[in-house]
Amino acid sequence: MQLFVNIAVLASIYALICCGYVLIYRVSRVLSLAHGELMMLAAYGLYATASLFSQHPLLAVAVAAGLALAVGAAVYAALMWRMTGESVLAAVLATIALGILLRGLMVLAFGTQTQYPLRDLGWANASFAVGSARISGVGAALVLGTALVYGGLFAFLRGTRWGLRMRAAGQNPLLAAQRGVRLHGIYALAWALATFTGGMAGMLIACDAGLEGTLVTIGLKAFPAALVGGLDSLLGALIGSLIVAGAEVLLIHYVDPLLSDVVPFLVLLAMLVLRPWGLFGSREELDRV
Amino acid sequence: MSAPRASGYLRTRYAQDYALLETRTQKACALAFAVLLAAYPFLAGPLALDLANQVLLGSIGAVALMLLTGYAGQISLGHAGLLAAGAFTGGILFKELGAPFWITLPAAALVGAGLGIAFGLPSLRLRGLYLAVSTLALHFIVIHAGAEYETRRGFSTGIVIDPPKIGDWVLRDARAWYFVLLAFALANLLFALNLLRSRTGRAWRAVHGREAVAEALGISVRRAKLAAFVVSSAITAIAGCLFAYYRGFVSAEAFSLYLTIQYVAMIIIGGMGSLLGAVLGTAFVTVFPYAIEALMRVGGLAERLSSIVFAVNYAAFGLVMLLFLVFEPQGLVGIWRRIQEWFLLWPFKQRPLSK
Repeated sequence: MQLFVNIAVLASIYALICCGYVLIYRVSRVLSLAHGELMMLAAYGLYATASLFSQHPLLAVAVAAGLALAVGAAVYAALMWRMTGESVLAAVLATIALGILLRGLMVLAFGTQTQYPLRDLGWANASFAVGSARISGVGAALVLGTALVYGGLFAFLRGTRWGLRMRAAGQNPLLAAQRGVRLHGIYALAWALATFTGGMAGMLIACDAGLEGTLVTIGLKAFPAALVGGLDSLLGALIGSLIVAGAEVLLIHYVDPLLSDVVPFLVLLAMLVLRPWGLFGSREELDRV
Repeated sequence: MSAPRASGYLRTRYAQDYALLETRTQKACALAFAVLLAAYPFLAGPLALDLANQVLLGSIGAVALMLLTGYAGQISLGHAGLLAAGAFTGGILFKELGAPFWITLPAAALVGAGLGIAFGLPSLRLRGLYLAVSTLALHFIVIHAGAEYETRRGFSTGIVIDPPKIGDWVLRDARAWYFVLLAFALANLLFALNLLRSRTGRAWRAVHGREAVAEALGISVRRAKLAAFVVSSAITAIAGCLFAYYRGFVSAEAFSLYLTIQYVAMIIIGGMGSLLGAVLGTAFVTVFPYAIEALMRVGGLAERLSSIVFAVNYAAFGLVMLLFLVFEPQGLVGIWRRIQEWFLLWPFKQRPLSK
């Protein structure tokens, strides 16, 4: 039972991070390898607002979420729009370079000490029982938040005009642009949403385990889950996260705890050999040899 | 080969078509450069000598990556993994069997070639982004295997390697290392230069340009891709093994993803599709952190910020990489070529239309 709870929590961490990868890739065909750093930046945003509005924790969380949205849009406005239409390698490298820059700046601004934003907010991470297992408050918030984010994203993409434009831009950017969809606006929105959801994951992980450099590694480890599910499918990201998290928790439990860092990448390699476009990815999108 | 730069030079024999250095000016420049290289270790201080050694060592790996990514067009994010494979092959053979360098270096090349096949197999099915991701995954697995070996055998801080020995002579002096590394780097450069002019190199460029056309021209795309991975990986593994000997120490931490990014930055900053670019980029990336530190010391910031020098380095490195990607995608070679053109065409600005 405890294993199931662990899998659920880890899967929701991965899923929450993955949907950032998927959103950006699906809309603009760019793989953002700065996602881990952006997550961490959002978590530091929470840390900053938590000490700023220490009397009003809810206000602090809301401001931090708004900051994450703004940061995502700013990244696109300042940098990534120049990479629109450039080669795949150039765009990916630009995100990598952005990640390095952000990592350096964050250490300069916040130091290397581990921070505990949850304590600064004045909340405690109480755990409670689910059946025979225990789940921490933050863990429950993660599962709940993931469900809300995915529900919201599905509703947004299926039900609203902006969601429709976003899907159109992802399917055929040229045609969408000629029909009057403002691509730069859509791309900026995708970056903002991706940073927001990734930032949410970052904040919650920081609340659970403390805020430090390993957050970036978690961001990178979640990436295979997005690929397993298919890089342009939100449903795929959800299922891929479940698979990767399941494999990771079970292997750690039954085989060797040291494996935790490589399991996602092993699953990824197996997937790339068997079905490179992922479980739910669209096949024709993959430029196959 | 490109057209000769000097006017009044006409090729009259076939041998002249093959010559790497064509005109007298080129030969004179090359000779002057060779003298400078030979004199360098006797003029430079210990830090400058160490920097030069690092540049030479890095250029081997960077040229290998340039062959793969810049010429054959296969994106790889697993370069640090291959360096680690070479270094660990050297380290493990030394620790377990006490093998000398003339066994470990070829062994590293063999392991590298084998891994090159493993890294290259996905390239037969995948392109672009997906290929980059599969090499990234292999990087993590190789590093994990190395770290696993360290912990299992109890070398948790790393493997210490003795310097190479020939008879009684031990390669320890930085000046001696300089000449050894110079020989390796030059041999590697010459090998790459000639390989690119051969059938294999032309096939790589054709595959880079368009695979379907390359196939129609009678090139086996599969073989060309695998050859690119194998050659590049073998050279990289040798570079990794040399790195292990030079440092006298192997540890999985030294081969982080950041190292891969540095190598990719070398070929980006240097300029894609140019061996000169690989060397220039290596020099830039290697010297860059020291330059930043020197700047900070001049500004009097180093004492106050000594604990975060690495963070400043990180941020500045990311920024420079971004600036190159956005404003100078041709890299340092692009700047160099523009300068050359300016002098060649003076007083004009553009090449004549009819040539």
